[in-house]
Amino acid sequence: MDILPILSTLRRHKLTAWLLVLEIALTCAIVCNAVFLIGQRLQHMDMPSGIAEHELVQVQLGYIGDTPDAEVQTQTDVAALQQIPGVKQVGLDRYLPFSLDGSSNTGIKLDPQQQQNTLDAGQYLGQNLLPTLGVRLVAGRNFEPGEYVDFDTAVAALNSGDLKGLPQVMIITQAIAERLWPGQEALGKTLYTDSGIPFRVIGVIAVLARQNNLQQGAQYSTYWPIRMTSADGASYFIRCAPQDKESVLKTAVAKLKQLNPNRVVLKARTYDQARRAFFANDRAMAGILVGVIAALLIVTALGIVGLANFWVGQRRRTIGVRRALGATRSNILHYFQTENFLLATIGIALGMVLAYGINLFLMLHYELPRLPVIYFPVGAIALWLIGQLAVLGPALRASHVPPVVATRSA
Amino acid sequence: MLGYYFDLALRSLRRNKVLTALMVLAIALGIGASMTTLTVLHVLSGDPLPGRSSTLYYAQVDPRDMNGYLPGKSQPMYQMSWIDGMNLLRAKRADRQALMTGGLVAVQPHNTMLDPFYEAARYTTADFFPMFGAPFEYGHAWNASDDEAHARVVVISAALNDKLFGETDSTGQTLRLSGAAFRIVGVLGNWHPNPQFYDLLRKSYDENEGVYVPLSSSQDVGIHHDGSVDCWGKGGTGINPDHASRCAWLQFWVQLDTPAEAAVYKTFLIHYSEQQNALGRFQRPPNVQLRDVMQWLDYNQVVPDDVRLQTWLAFGFLLVCLVNTMGLMLAKFMRRAGELGVRRALGASKRSLFAQLLVESGVVGLAGGIGGLLLALLGLWLVRRQPAEYAPLAHLDPTMLLATFLLALGASLLAGLLPAWRACQITPALQLKSH
Repeated sequence: MDILPILSTLRRHKLTAWLLVLEIALTCAIVCNAVFLIGQRLQHMDMPSGIAEHELVQVQLGYIGDTPDAEVQTQTDVAALQQIPGVKQVGLDRYLPFSLDGSSNTGIKLDPQQQQNTLDAGQYLGQNLLPTLGVRLVAGRNFEPGEYVDFDTAVAALNSGDLKGLPQVMIITQAIAERLWPGQEALGKTLYTDSGIPFRVIGVIAVLARQNNLQQGAQYSTYWPIRMTSADGASYFIRCAPQDKESVLKTAVAKLKQLNPNRVVLKARTYDQARRAFFANDRAMAGILVGVIAALLIVTALGIVGLANFWVGQRRRTIGVRRALGATRSNILHYFQTENFLLATIGIALGMVLAYGINLFLMLHYELPRLPVIYFPVGAIALWLIGQLAVLGPALRASHVPPVVATRSA
Repeated sequence: MLGYYFDLALRSLRRNKVLTALMVLAIALGIGASMTTLTVLHVLSGDPLPGRSSTLYYAQVDPRDMNGYLPGKSQPMYQMSWIDGMNLLRAKRADRQALMTGGLVAVQPHNTMLDPFYEAARYTTADFFPMFGAPFEYGHAWNASDDEAHARVVVISAALNDKLFGETDSTGQTLRLSGAAFRIVGVLGNWHPNPQFYDLLRKSYDENEGVYVPLSSSQDVGIHHDGSVDCWGKGGTGINPDHASRCAWLQFWVQLDTPAEAAVYKTFLIHYSEQQNALGRFQRPPNVQLRDVMQWLDYNQVVPDDVRLQTWLAFGFLLVCLVNTMGLMLAKFMRRAGELGVRRALGASKRSLFAQLLVESGVVGLAGGIGGLLLALLGLWLVRRQPAEYAPLAHLDPTMLLATFLLALGASLLAGLLPAWRACQITPALQLKSH
């Protein structure tokens, strides 16, 4: 196909051609970045928690009036929950990974004299967590019963500055171990909290995401041997087979109410529900981005159809002359298709530069990584396709212009 | 003349319905998307207490030790500890001051038909209500002597009043909260500052607390604290923070009627920090902040990043729609070169031709504006179905309605400028000759 005649025609319609190129460039740039943003969101939503997500349910209770002996009550509750058919494990903690309800966090240091913390980690407290959550130990061991400290005792010890009332050992994730002691064995080493309290590492777990503050290191989590009761704001976490979740949840709530009616159920849900709620905004944003991409491509396609129609109308006589001089229908068809391909290519080239610019802007304002090169062809292919699809109708119409038009005056 | 142009525009637009529809659709889509996101942005960055917000300040001091301190960079502690809050409250250096924190209480209805339930609560001091301009449906707020006396009094929201007592005046009745009896002294009227600026960690946009209890009495009966607690040094906490603990969990707001007073108050906070430093309680050099409501919202970045991103996206989309419309309009105007040539030859000036074409683009813009408005209403309906906390607030108000039309009109005129100018450059003689 001869390109030069196309170019010389376009030179006569500079303004219109440039507007089309500009539209394609803008669309291409926005589509590249939007697809990239969708990818980011999907990746974020896919973040591993390290726990047996589909096998967990949560029940949180609130007491009305004075709490009875919370410890005894908690033991009774746990014993009763373990009796429910299908229940495998019962554990307690306040929050799980990806929590909208709140989080506990602690600064971690290698040296108590250090001014700045080495890292900031999420904090898990509570009994029987590892088997309940299905978290895998890669080194060391779980806590022994004698290592647990009551929550109230630990708080009192902290406030009075008496370290004897505090736990001495801790379990950390592999991510923390590698950050603190790269390439070394973490077991048996000592780390310090931001207030300088020493803990000995007795276990390392493979993966356990923190509750929130994910930007501070999503896999930085610590587990402390602290015994919680339901009056400390802890929830019961129950592990069962995925298909039993609904029935176990129902039975558990009924049983807990029956054991002590003087309390209100604050939360009763499966972990899947909790996780979905945490990422709901990301899902919504991804949906919006898909919608915007679709709308942009439709608008651009319509614009191409409109302009192509205009050009076909304007060049009816020329087309007629060409047909009369021996051009075939497919010659005419290809002419318009090539013209569109040329314009789209210029637009895409400009769009790439623009896409890079938009990405720089987003990196500056929204903590986004650099746009990977892989996303550029996505926008290019999308616009080439849309362009060819949009121009097909008008081009076919042009190819059907009869040669006799040439003989008529305009 | 304008009427005539208008008539011409309608005729011309009717002549090529598909092209007209395309232009209107493109403008409508662009306007719809941008107005949807702009409305959300407008709702989220609005002033929660118009008229009052510039005299209300959030005070912060820094009681922490040197651990993690970066001179000139470290922000003061986000919230107040009990000791500092009480000291500043008792100092009474501002026109009004209130110390507060969030809570969660079990409400035990006297009406046994209703099950007990948990309700969000605010534990605060008396100035809270006049300071924030909370209106009362029945009764009144408690006063400073109630605070001193640890009075068991409670103010409830209109919603809670309706739930518990129907729409009757419940003042004087007893309300049992987590096992303790409180006397209802007031019922609030319709009051929903958006966002709930005085405690942003609660992240609530549309619902306020149902229960307001004096801070002093809340501490007596052991009802739960609910909110963020930050401890420093060897400080720790259970559900109810200890008053002597090194933990910050309260918010301290002051009302200062003039900027001069605010400057004086800031100096007072610095003096207070120096004094605490001398006593050995504080270790960092004085590190204080006094931000008014809008500054506080800004510092906390209450407008979610996603919403800003969506606004950029929508404007990018509008830009594409505009370029698209510009191209189509150019095509449309150029196709009428012959007609325009005749008009020029008959004596119409370039200027009047230009005006005529702009009226035509204005008509497209107006139609696009109406379409955009409908799409924005649809878009906002979709936003309201989103799980975000701010979703229920996404409604179009008169300002945004007007803005929609101005934006549509402005956008289409802008899109019409270049094509109209280009069309006016036509040489009449050449056009007449070729026909």
